[in-house]
Amino acid sequence: MAIEWMTDVDAALAKARESGRPLLIDFTAAPM
Amino acid sequence: MPARVKVRESPQLLERFGAKWTPTVLLLDPAGVERHRIEGFLPATDFAGQLLLGLGHAAFEAKDWKAAQRHFGEILKKLPDTDAAPEAQYWKGVSRYKETNDATALTETFEAFQKRYRDSPWAKKASVWGPAA
Repeated sequence: MAIEWMTDVDAALAKARESGRPLLIDFTAAPM
Repeated sequence: MPARVKVRESPQLLERFGAKWTPTVLLLDPAGVERHRIEGFLPATDFAGQLLLGLGHAAFEAKDWKAAQRHFGEILKKLPDTDAAPEAQYWKGVSRYKETNDATALTETFEAFQKRYRDSPWAKKASVWGPAA
């Protein structure tokens, strides 16, 4: 199952707040 | 909910979240407060254990004692050989105590450490819950 990564951190923070769900942020330097 | 930061494109976010190395993974609660941090590579099972620890700590901070016990318990059940397991055993006991206010939860956690993870730092922390010397 592919993970749908959000790339806008502030939008992700807002979505987590609205949904009441935790947020995982992955800081990576690897090419994607 | 997953978000990925490409640090070469958004280096300012490293400073904002205090991330000093990659890979770094943060688990934030819904209010945006950091509850767990994973720095450096981990094999998949250890990574899964750390994520569950983060979820357990987030539930604990939200005073959702049952959810905290469920997350910590899942580590003990499915990932008992990971580095996360001794910490999970400790916090599962604390979560049960917070839910019940029954000190038996702490005594039983001490006893569990006599059977497994006895040499872990978490066993030392739980040692005060055993019988008085």
